[in-house]
Amino acid sequence: MQAPAQVPTEPGAPAPRRAGFGNRLVSLVGELLIIAGAVIGLYVVWQLFYTDVIAGKEQEHVLETLDWAYTEPVTAASTADEGPEVIPVGAHMPPETAPVMEEPDFTTTFATFYVPRWGTDYVKPISEGVTRTEVLDVLGIGHYPGTGMPGALGNFAISAHRTTYAKPFNRIAELERGDALVVQTEGAWYVYRVTDDLIVYPNQVEVIAPKPGDLDAAPDGRYITLTTCHPMYSAAERYVVHGELEYWAPTGIGVPAEILEEIPQP
Amino acid sequence: MIFPFVWRVLPGPAWVKVVLLVLLLAAVVAVLFQWVYPWFSVTFDIQDQNVEAVP
Repeated sequence: MQAPAQVPTEPGAPAPRRAGFGNRLVSLVGELLIIAGAVIGLYVVWQLFYTDVIAGKEQEHVLETLDWAYTEPVTAASTADEGPEVIPVGAHMPPETAPVMEEPDFTTTFATFYVPRWGTDYVKPISEGVTRTEVLDVLGIGHYPGTGMPGALGNFAISAHRTTYAKPFNRIAELERGDALVVQTEGAWYVYRVTDDLIVYPNQVEVIAPKPGDLDAAPDGRYITLTTCHPMYSAAERYVVHGELEYWAPTGIGVPAEILEEIPQP
Repeated sequence: MIFPFVWRVLPGPAWVKVVLLVLLLAAVVAVLFQWVYPWFSVTFDIQDQNVEAVP
């Protein structure tokens, strides 16, 4: 390493003149290529692994700061005495009466999200805004500003990464029609059911319209829409899941039976 | 060229050079992870999951 002229050149490189300008040039190019390779390789490590670790820690921390959010191990106990209390069917309120909270400030975490299809331990925070640097890359799930809030007549539209940054919507393609999508805010539980899934181009904003699929129509129901990237590791298209509100219930009297449902995990 | 130059300018005996080299690499990786890669990823929209109207 101490004699610069002896740095080996790549096979097939032009024959170097001994310690001449060409030799030094080839050495320099070779070293720059090695550095470039290392920098690009490290980018892959950062994107695929490091972002998961950092964003995962941040999202867990956000959950801990929400003292109203239900974050216990969400598993039905073997006996009725153990485990969380379940909201009785009689307390299920019809969608038309659902309370709707004010839209919070940008980056404020205002709800949590439970998807039994993704495991009974799946719980992620939902925050206001869909910019990458402030919300999606750190806080996880983001709510499109201006779209409905949970329970609102219209469309509660949320977005999250499908790969990397703790990938909140990683398993979106496993959702089936009828699956529960449960949202908790400080005052209420909202239980939505998946009605539809589709793949669209990024400019098809009608998927988050108040009436999904029709930009000009007035809202005719209480919808939820999940958007994420498609295919995985690409930004070419968007994977979209629609759902509709089935019932809501106030907090404080238990948890919806849906989030305790054990669905066999792949 | 670059590598021999770095080795030459690092002070001390070989083991000190190695330690310094490891620290230097760690610092470079930290800067890349903390600032350079996030900037690159957001600026060039490597991954985007929002629907939005084309301007």
